[in-house]
Amino acid sequence: MKPAGTDKIMLPFGADSGRPTAVEVPVGSVVQRTYWENVWRRVTRDPFTVACALVLMAIAAAALLAPWLGLPEPTLTDSARRLLPVGSPGHILGTDELGRDMLSRIIHGGRLSLMMGIVPVLIALMIGGSAGLIAGFVGGRVNMLIMRVTDVFYAFPSILLAVAIAGALGAGIGNALLAITIVFIPPITRVTESVTTQVRSMDFVEAARASGAGTLAIIRTHVLGNVLGPIFVYATVLISVSIVISAGLSFIGLGASPPAAEWGLMLNTLRESIFLAPLNAILPGFMIFITSMCFNLISDGLRSAMDVRL
Amino acid sequence: MFYYILRRVLYTIPIAIGVSLVVFALVHLAPGDPLSAVMGEVDQKMLAEMRASFGYDKPLPVQYIIWLGSALTGDMGYSLRTGAPVFGTLIDAAANTMIIGTAAALLGFIIGATFGMLAGYNHGAWLDKVVSSATIAGVSVPHYWLAILLVIVFSVQLGWMPAMGAGSAASILSWEAWKHMILPVIALAAIPCAIVARTARACVMEILSMEFVEALRARGLSERRILLHVARNALPTVLAVMGLQFAHLLGGSILVETVFTWPGTGYLLNLAIFDRDIPVLQGTILLLALFFVSINLVVDILQTWADPRISRG
Amino acid sequence: MNVEPRPLLNVRNLRKYFPVRSDRLMGPRLLVQAVDDVNFAIAEGETLGIVGESGCGKSTTARLLMHLIAPDAGEVWLGGKRLGGPDGLTLRQLRRSMQMVFQDSYASLNPRLSVQDSIAFSPRAHGVPAPQAIDKARELLALVGLDPDQFGRRYPHELSGGQRQRINVARALALEPKLVILDEAVSALDKSIEAQVLNLLMDLKRELRLTYLFISHDLNVVQYVSDHVLVMYLGKVVELGTVDDIYHRPRHPYTQALLASRPSMDPDVKIEQSPLAGDPPNPINPPSGCRFRTRCAFAEGVCEKVEPALTGIGRGHAVACHMRIPASGHTAGR
Repeated sequence: MKPAGTDKIMLPFGADSGRPTAVEVPVGSVVQRTYWENVWRRVTRDPFTVACALVLMAIAAAALLAPWLGLPEPTLTDSARRLLPVGSPGHILGTDELGRDMLSRIIHGGRLSLMMGIVPVLIALMIGGSAGLIAGFVGGRVNMLIMRVTDVFYAFPSILLAVAIAGALGAGIGNALLAITIVFIPPITRVTESVTTQVRSMDFVEAARASGAGTLAIIRTHVLGNVLGPIFVYATVLISVSIVISAGLSFIGLGASPPAAEWGLMLNTLRESIFLAPLNAILPGFMIFITSMCFNLISDGLRSAMDVRL
Repeated sequence: MFYYILRRVLYTIPIAIGVSLVVFALVHLAPGDPLSAVMGEVDQKMLAEMRASFGYDKPLPVQYIIWLGSALTGDMGYSLRTGAPVFGTLIDAAANTMIIGTAAALLGFIIGATFGMLAGYNHGAWLDKVVSSATIAGVSVPHYWLAILLVIVFSVQLGWMPAMGAGSAASILSWEAWKHMILPVIALAAIPCAIVARTARACVMEILSMEFVEALRARGLSERRILLHVARNALPTVLAVMGLQFAHLLGGSILVETVFTWPGTGYLLNLAIFDRDIPVLQGTILLLALFFVSINLVVDILQTWADPRISRG
Repeated sequence: MNVEPRPLLNVRNLRKYFPVRSDRLMGPRLLVQAVDDVNFAIAEGETLGIVGESGCGKSTTARLLMHLIAPDAGEVWLGGKRLGGPDGLTLRQLRRSMQMVFQDSYASLNPRLSVQDSIAFSPRAHGVPAPQAIDKARELLALVGLDPDQFGRRYPHELSGGQRQRINVARALALEPKLVILDEAVSALDKSIEAQVLNLLMDLKRELRLTYLFISHDLNVVQYVSDHVLVMYLGKVVELGTVDDIYHRPRHPYTQALLASRPSMDPDVKIEQSPLAGDPPNPINPPSGCRFRTRCAFAEGVCEKVEPALTGIGRGHAVACHMRIPASGHTAGR
């Protein structure tokens, strides 16, 4: 029997013979890390992902702390100082069509825009995630029922469905949130279901069943750990989509309503001013773009960090 | 194979029925009566008569059956705002959306597939890095913002292109008509282009790692011939992705059409929402969703047909 | 009869037909007769080997015994108690006394759990508190020849195939079962590692007084480990007997063919012609009568019409072949 605690490795040239030789090396000295510790290490060593995370954290922190940053009121109009260009004294990013400070509006706008991007995905994650987990683990008729309903909602292009629901319900932040949540439940359900079905058919789940463990214990210990990773990566992609769609709803007048500061709505109201102050008109859209792209890049970074077989 | 296709086609029927149910239910999510929103303050007797004439006094299931039955025969009622038949309005708008949608799909496919494949083939080279960054930007960009950027640069600053509308040219083959199309098409093409490029790149890289490519090299084929082989193998997947993107394009053009006031389905939908023009709203969503379902079906069938390895049972 | 130890496991009329979807739309519902009317018993402390070609229902039998797949019919008795019977065993009790080791050592371990956590999962599922379960897992690691301090916190991908299979054995033993089902447990390993793991299994069996159900397509390995051997063909038991009976006095033409097709240990002996030609027939529509008749050199009219019953032909030796059944109608049976 092979002695425990050693690994046999082949050296191309042995020390004494100069021919390929097998040697035993002790392996107990290797530092042991859990899977998530490894993922964390890889993510934090990826400069791109770290940079994106820092940018996002800066935007989120500024948005959260906006009322305490000593900025002018985001809704304070000044008809004498309309559409000041970027770089004006006192208004670093200029003013909008009603003379409101752009910097303040963009920072304050982050609150609504980030919230409307992230909250629907989180809610959809809970609902769609549970539905997909149930469909995947239980299978059979339950799976049929859940997945067929999902298929129906999948038969709409996402933007159309969001616009249709928000349009039917009427303008308003609450309705927009509801519409986007409904749009994201089916894709999350589908992804969760397919990953769960895959994991469920693996031998180690069968082995866990053979040990006589209850369904909940098996899901908690063996299924969730293997399902959460891919779902989490998918959710970060969805947030980047959600930010673009929710701002888009406000952009066509279905989400936030004036005078609220929200990037999509700002983009819409500044649209009239593209002749006079094009740079100001671009800024809110640029924020949507950067935020969305950061979530996309983080998702890429997470995926490759988790993809590697330990 | 034949039975797979038949089953796939048959399966589309319950989906389509589900879609029509959702579309019908959507409208009834809205508080109040479709008519009272449009009519404002009118005398109650007249409102009741109007209701009866539009069929809004009947129970919902009956309304659904009547609506679906007439929609299937091409009768989608009349616009509450203009009084024009919904079907005719819709067909005109759909034609306009089709024009820019198809053009955007073609543009996105040609550029995306070319650069994506080249990037995958030259994995790690500067071209690959540029294409990869561009695809990330492309999938993240809010296309309505891109549309505004294009207007600012090409209409406002350079004055090359008109900023809105479809123009009044008699034929879509004239430069006058084309000028109006260029910017909306570019704005619409960005996302599909990025997604196609990403797929093509990944696909080519995967194929290049397979052994048959080694075998081709071993047989002494020139690199150009090898690229050709690889491209031919990657094409079905890339085409399928493009097909799905085309379907998304038609449904998702509402924001871009709004920016350019392009008289397509998206713009029509936008108007209908704010006028609470229920028949137009229902008709547009139903048409776009059914279109989406059919394109998905066609792509699925073509893909099965093109790739016999996909066994579906 | 008094020398015979009492059977630990008794399986009666076990049956599983899998429905498969027809190629045609609205076509008839087809059934794969994966396991059809299987009966056997294993005496305490013995090893029963099950052999047969791939697809003959060996692995399905194992999964049916564990109730990982619900059988269509049949009874499972363990230690004189019937599963699901009045004052019989619950499924949980059955799975406690009967454990299984799977073929794929990598797929059968959760990649996200350290090996000691994987082993400790079973006791924890049966209510053992976490610290004790981990202690138990570490004891078991030592028992299967792996140093708990060096291997306990490792992950499956950090181990070799042989080491992983030792972990799987340790996990199966964590509930202190009486019976262990080894489903192709060593088949995927290199020959040298296979021998090590086999020896470990034999040592464990002696030390812990275990009973094994050993499933394999490898006739040599089965001969090495088994006391009794059961031969399956297309979901049916065709022959059952002591290892000596089966390997030296096989009576079913299928068993004879299987044994003859084995590569010889003597390089000078060449297999002239494999007596087993072709693939087994489609289990969806198995041949009528005797299922082996389409590949059997001795098939006659009766084989097509009448299904041969498993008939005792000596002490503990039974065979399902018309040639061995007196007055069956087969010319060789007279």
